[in-house]
Amino acid sequence: MTTTSTAEPRVRAPRADTSPPRRRRMSVTARRSLTAWLFLTPTLLILIAFTVYPMVQAAYLSFTDYNLIRAAQWVGLDNYIELLSDDAFWNAFGNTVLYAAVVTPVTVVLALAFALMLNQAFVGRAFARTAIFLPFIVSLGIIAIAWAFLLDPNIGLLSHWLSLVGIVPEQGWLSDPRYAMAAVMVVGVWKNVGFYMVIYLAGLQSIPVDMYEAARLDGAGVWQRFRNVTLPLLSNQTLLVSVLALIATLQAFDQIYVMTRGGPFFRTETLVMLVYREGFQELRFGYASAISFVLVLFVFVLSMVQFGYLRRKQVTY
Amino acid sequence: MATTTLDPAPPRRPSAARPAPARSRAASSRRAASWLLAITSIAIGLLMLLPIIWMLFTAFKPESDIVSAPPTLWPRELTLEHFAEVWERIPFARLYVNTIVFAGSVTVISLLFDSMAAYALARLPFKGRAVVMVLILLLLMLPFQVTLIPLYDMLNGLGLTNTLPGLIVPRMTNAFGIFFLTQFFLSLPKDLEEAARVDGASEWRIYWGIILPLSRPALLTLGLFHFQYNWNDLLWPLVMSSSVETSTLPAGLALFMGQHVVEYGLLMAGSLLAMLPVILFFLLIQRSFVAGIATTGLK
Repeated sequence: MTTTSTAEPRVRAPRADTSPPRRRRMSVTARRSLTAWLFLTPTLLILIAFTVYPMVQAAYLSFTDYNLIRAAQWVGLDNYIELLSDDAFWNAFGNTVLYAAVVTPVTVVLALAFALMLNQAFVGRAFARTAIFLPFIVSLGIIAIAWAFLLDPNIGLLSHWLSLVGIVPEQGWLSDPRYAMAAVMVVGVWKNVGFYMVIYLAGLQSIPVDMYEAARLDGAGVWQRFRNVTLPLLSNQTLLVSVLALIATLQAFDQIYVMTRGGPFFRTETLVMLVYREGFQELRFGYASAISFVLVLFVFVLSMVQFGYLRRKQVTY
Repeated sequence: MATTTLDPAPPRRPSAARPAPARSRAASSRRAASWLLAITSIAIGLLMLLPIIWMLFTAFKPESDIVSAPPTLWPRELTLEHFAEVWERIPFARLYVNTIVFAGSVTVISLLFDSMAAYALARLPFKGRAVVMVLILLLLMLPFQVTLIPLYDMLNGLGLTNTLPGLIVPRMTNAFGIFFLTQFFLSLPKDLEEAARVDGASEWRIYWGIILPLSRPALLTLGLFHFQYNWNDLLWPLVMSSSVETSTLPAGLALFMGQHVVEYGLLMAGSLLAMLPVILFFLLIQRSFVAGIATTGLK
């Protein structure tokens, strides 16, 4: 073997060229390609069968009145037109936007604050890190039951504590139309903040210490160091965290399903809740598919906008 | 950014990640600040844990204590009756087995398939790589809810609703997992692999014998994601199974809660048992977890 070719590992093309039709050598590149496709086969089969094909199917269904029992009837744009004048849709849309607009920034800011705090060395740091992260790995479907209990107006501990401070919703936190959404939002933040904190912690640990030393020598105070060193150097993490958080909040389902089932008076019904209700309870699969496509479009556009905005603001050092 | 080396200080170890550079500050004021930090963060930690702590205490309280008027955190009396009862009132053992089989097999199979795909994408130059990569990225952004209805319809047609294979098969690979591992595999050095190729090792041997062992932290981290995601998932099992018997723990408990809202002691005991495996999994791989996050595209 000659030592000249180092870029492409073991591409035996030259040898193959000189020695005629030995099939095994001729086909090294082809065989490499074949191997790659073999490695990809299970994944591609599953993705195509259970994601790509259903997606195409969903697009088709959204133009029909399919109800699982009767064959789908093509209804053209009817579902999408119906959406526009459907109060339930606009209500769910509004709730989704409200939920995302509050939960996303609160989660990101808190995650950063926790990460900054827990990046210092002190007694109890390990406990606090684990405690804040733990909600992320437990099931909302399960823990939301505990939240619902904590907020029970009669026997819930949190309700009781809040009433000691004088905050008492008349019909209880989850059945009062004014407070139910807030309660669900708190659980949303509580659940995910730890995960984003870990991403920020990993980012903080990659900032070289001398950057701070230099800033300090230049006379930068704590706030200035945060503004001019920490924040810009964390912009990758901020981009990732805020896109992930936005996508997650736009798809909120679990805590709402268990805590309120979308109530009271549909005050906490989000788009995914509506897809579930229209699809699996009312059996209007065509209509539910149309709603899910509007949701996708919305998620896609918003995360693209966010990507564009944050990328532009990004500072590279 | 992805290649920066860093100290993946595991949460368990309070190693001084950064020596406090302040030199001239009075030591006493620094100590006071440190105590303030400790107290604040422990308070926040306890507050975050409140629902879990509440669950724990309530599970051991007798029913009369649970419904007594001013609620208290501490149990006045301890009992194990809810833990015994939960096995009788809900098909709890069945739910547990379902969840273990579902989350366990999805985790193992998708780690295998994801890593095979990622190996091809990160280490094998081939025609069509760009197309596959774009497909993966597109699917990464696609919310699961869109495919939910046709997927249900398809599996219903195959007679797979209310069965475990119906739950498992569509989850056997995952765009996020492929993306995550591709990023990680790209960061591994080429030397070992090339040496093995010179020695005539097959691609499968290189993948199985070299790349996978080198990827332990990433695989464990992704394993935790897959495991907790599927263990916790509510919507998918809720859609796929209509009865408590064929469901998983979150969906089964949610279904049960819909019918019997008042039995909190029972629900708390069941919930507590239901979340134990995930917490154990996390505590076991905690160190690798942070390293896995820190060394892959996720940071």
